[in-house]
Amino acid sequence: MNIKVLYFARIKESVNYSTEDIVLPADVSNINTLKSYLAKRGEVWADLFSGKQTVRAAINHELVDDMMAFNDGDEVAFFPPVTGG
Amino acid sequence: MTVRVQTEDFDVAAELLAMRTASADIGAVVSFIGQVRDINDGDVVSTLTLEHYPGMTERALEQIEQGAKSRWNINESLIIHRVGMLHPLDQIVLVAVASAHRGEAFKACEFIMDYLKTQAPFWKKESTPDGERWVEAKISDDEAQSRWKQS
Repeated sequence: MNIKVLYFARIKESVNYSTEDIVLPADVSNINTLKSYLAKRGEVWADLFSGKQTVRAAINHELVDDMMAFNDGDEVAFFPPVTGG
Repeated sequence: MTVRVQTEDFDVAAELLAMRTASADIGAVVSFIGQVRDINDGDVVSTLTLEHYPGMTERALEQIEQGAKSRWNINESLIIHRVGMLHPLDQIVLVAVASAHRGEAFKACEFIMDYLKTQAPFWKKESTPDGERWVEAKISDDEAQSRWKQS
């Protein structure tokens, strides 16, 4: 499955880019498994995605919880808790 | 129901005049302005930079307005939120609600701000004498939002 992943704010700065297209193995199909998959990329990624930090997720512009599944072609975003207003 | 995310400043008087005169059955307009403070967590803040998620931010704000409209009988609502670099005393956000009577406008305005604070994808980065830092989300904001679920 192919998805687009976006990163924002502190997370964007940590991983050093804002967007990427990822080809995922078949067993990575929801936010939770995607976080585990990304956490294996190295120290910075493990720090962000292994559960130590609060990382919120959205699929196609909708805030979702970690068990939400995505589909081929979806846009997934990761960001810290929001601080607008 | 209007949502605008923009770098430019906004004219509160003009916005409220337009809202107030949209219909003669409006009897109350309540508004909230958020502005940049020059101090946060004890440190001097020289600039505040706001990042957002284009597309999702507008959608989240529209959903918040829908939520207010489904709870209270309101005529109009407006959210203007700025992004980019701001300085102390700059306006950040305007929320305005018009209704026949004040009670619903007051409640809807506070509801919109409480949900905006916790649901709309904006992130603040502030510049202090010690360098730049991301503003941390506050538990008190989550609590302010969650009280609407009980009522």
